[in-house]
Amino acid sequence: MKYLPLVWATLWRKKTRTVFTLLSIVVAFLLFGLLETVDYAFSHPSGGNSGADRLITINKYSITLSLPFSDAQQIKNTKGVAAVTWLSWFGAYYQDPKNFVFALPIDSDSYFDVYNDDFVIAGDQMQAFRNTRTGVLASSALLKQFGWNVGDKVPLHSAIWTQKDGSLDWTFDIVGAFDPKDPAQASQQAQLFLFHYEMFDEGRNFGKGTVGWFEERVADPGESAALSNKIDALFANSPNETKTQPAKDFALAFIKQLGDIGFILHAILGAVFFTLLFLTGNTMMQSVRERIPELAVLKTLGFGNPTILGLVIGESLLLCGMGAVLGLGLSYAALPGIKKALQGVDLSPDGIAPGFAIAVLFALIVSVLPAVRAVRLNIIDALAAQH
Amino acid sequence: MSESIVSLRNVGKRYTRGKQQSVHVLEGLTLEIPKGDFVALMGPSGSGKTTLLNLIGGLDKPTSGEITVAGERLDRLGGSALSHWRANHVGFVFQFYNLMPMLSAQRNVELPLLLTNLPAAKRRANALAALTLVGIADRAKHKPNELSGGQAQRVAIARALVADPTILVCDEPTGDLDRKSADEVLHLLQTLNRDYGKSIVMVTHDPKAAEFANRQLHMDKGALAEA
Repeated sequence: MKYLPLVWATLWRKKTRTVFTLLSIVVAFLLFGLLETVDYAFSHPSGGNSGADRLITINKYSITLSLPFSDAQQIKNTKGVAAVTWLSWFGAYYQDPKNFVFALPIDSDSYFDVYNDDFVIAGDQMQAFRNTRTGVLASSALLKQFGWNVGDKVPLHSAIWTQKDGSLDWTFDIVGAFDPKDPAQASQQAQLFLFHYEMFDEGRNFGKGTVGWFEERVADPGESAALSNKIDALFANSPNETKTQPAKDFALAFIKQLGDIGFILHAILGAVFFTLLFLTGNTMMQSVRERIPELAVLKTLGFGNPTILGLVIGESLLLCGMGAVLGLGLSYAALPGIKKALQGVDLSPDGIAPGFAIAVLFALIVSVLPAVRAVRLNIIDALAAQH
Repeated sequence: MSESIVSLRNVGKRYTRGKQQSVHVLEGLTLEIPKGDFVALMGPSGSGKTTLLNLIGGLDKPTSGEITVAGERLDRLGGSALSHWRANHVGFVFQFYNLMPMLSAQRNVELPLLLTNLPAAKRRANALAALTLVGIADRAKHKPNELSGGQAQRVAIARALVADPTILVCDEPTGDLDRKSADEVLHLLQTLNRDYGKSIVMVTHDPKAAEFANRQLHMDKGALAEA
C-alpha cells in the first residue's frame, strides 16, 4: 500500500492519455457486462414454467410444425403423467410490434391442472374467465404496462393467425389479472396473456384441431427422462413423431433456434478485448518508454527488480481495475433497463462477476512486456541517454 | 590514518563497443578516500570520472580489481544485493536533478524511505526534516516544474540525504545551474560535509565548484592524478 501514491501519480502522469485509455477499458467492460448478462440469462433459464416436474412435447422435426389435438388423450393415459395441457404460439403484439405480448391460447381446465401452483388469481375472476369465451387473464404487470384494466376490451395483432375474415387482429375482454405465487417468476410471467384455446381454434382460418405443443406435469420428477421416452414411443413411426424433453431443456433449445447466442456474444467480446489488448498494451509500453530515466532513478535509489516489476504491474492493475469497476458498475446499473428491453427474461448480476477476474488477467497480460523492459533497464545507459 | 570510506585497488573497467572493439575506460586505478572527506573528481570528457563515480556508487561493477565502499566489497555483490546496498549507503545527486515530475518535493524526498519499514507519518516527517535541512521546506508541496533549478537541486540533495547515507555521490551537481544557485548548492554540500560529517565524492568540470571540496583528483585517460 505504501507504493500506491507513487503508482497513482505515475498513472496520471499523462492525464489525457490515461483518461482515453480508461474510457476504452470502461466501454469494453460495460459491453462485457451487458452481453454477459444477456448470455447468462439465456443460458440459465429460471424455474417456474421450466420446473423439474414439467415436460414439453413438440413435433420431432420443429416446433413450428403442429401436432394433432387428439394426441392429448394418449399422453394423458400414459402412466406417470399427472396432467397434460396444450398450447400454441400466438405471436402477438399490442398496437406496435415493439409492444410484445406473450399471448397463449390455453385450455382453462387442463392448463391450471399443470400450472396449479404458479398463479394467484381471485376466485371470481377465474370464474369470469371460465364463463367468458373472449375472456383473458393477464398478468398485473402487463395491465400496468399498457394501462389496461379489468373490463377493458383489448385488440391484439397476431403475426401468424388469421381469422376467418382474413384479419390478423383479435379482440379480447380482460376479465381478470394474476400475480406470480413465487416472486422469482415475476419476470417470466410479466408478459403473459392467457385466453381460451377453444375461441382460438374456432376463430383461426387454418390449423384447426392442431396444437403447437403439449405440456405435461409428471407425478414423479425422478421419472421424467423415462416418461419422455415413453411419450415419444407412443407416436413413433406416426406422421407426427414427437420429441419430449424437460421444460428447462426446451427453453434452452428454443433460444438456440435463434442461433448460438453465447458464441456470437463471446465472439464480439473477444474482438473487443483483443483490440483493447493492443491499445492498452501499447499505452503501457509507451508510458514505460517515456519514464525510462525515472525508472533508472528509482533503481539508482535502490528499488530492486521485484519492486520495479510490482510498480509497473500495479499501474496496469490499477488502470484496468478502475476501468472494470466503472464499466461493470455501469452495466449493473443498466440491468433494469435491459430487463425491460428483454421482456420476460430473468437477469442476474452473476453474469458480471467474472469480469473482475478478466480485468486482473487483462492487466497482467498488458503489463508483462513493459514490466520486463523496466526490469531489464540498465541504469548507466538510461541515465546517460537523457544527457 | 583515518578509516577509508572508499578503497579501490587496481580497478579496471572495460566496455565492449560493437562486436569486437573493447574500450578501456579505467585501468589499474587505485584510490583511497577517507571517511568524512569531500573529494572533487575533475578531468576532460571521456577521462573516466563518471565511470569511476558509478563504480563508487554501486551502479556499475569493475571488470577487474577490488572496490570497497562503506566496508562492502562491491565487486563481489550481485544485482539485487547492490540495490539493497545502494538503498542503505549511497545518496545520489544528478546534474539534471532527476526528480519525479508528477510528485511534490516532499513526495520526491520520501522515495528512498519507501524502501524502509518506516510508517507513513514518520516518512513524511523525515522528508520534511530533510527539506528543512536544505532550506526549502516552504516548497514542500510544489512539484518540480514549479521550482527553480537551484531549488530542484536542493530537493534532490534532500532526497539523497533523507535515508542518512554513508556517502553522497554527486555527478555534476551544479552543471545545470547559474553561478549563484551553483554556489548555494556547493555551500550546502560543504555544510553537509563539515557539520554533518558526510563523505562526498563529486564529479565536476567547474574549477570553482571543485574549490569547495577538501581534495581535487584529476583524471585523464582512465588514470588518476591528485592535484
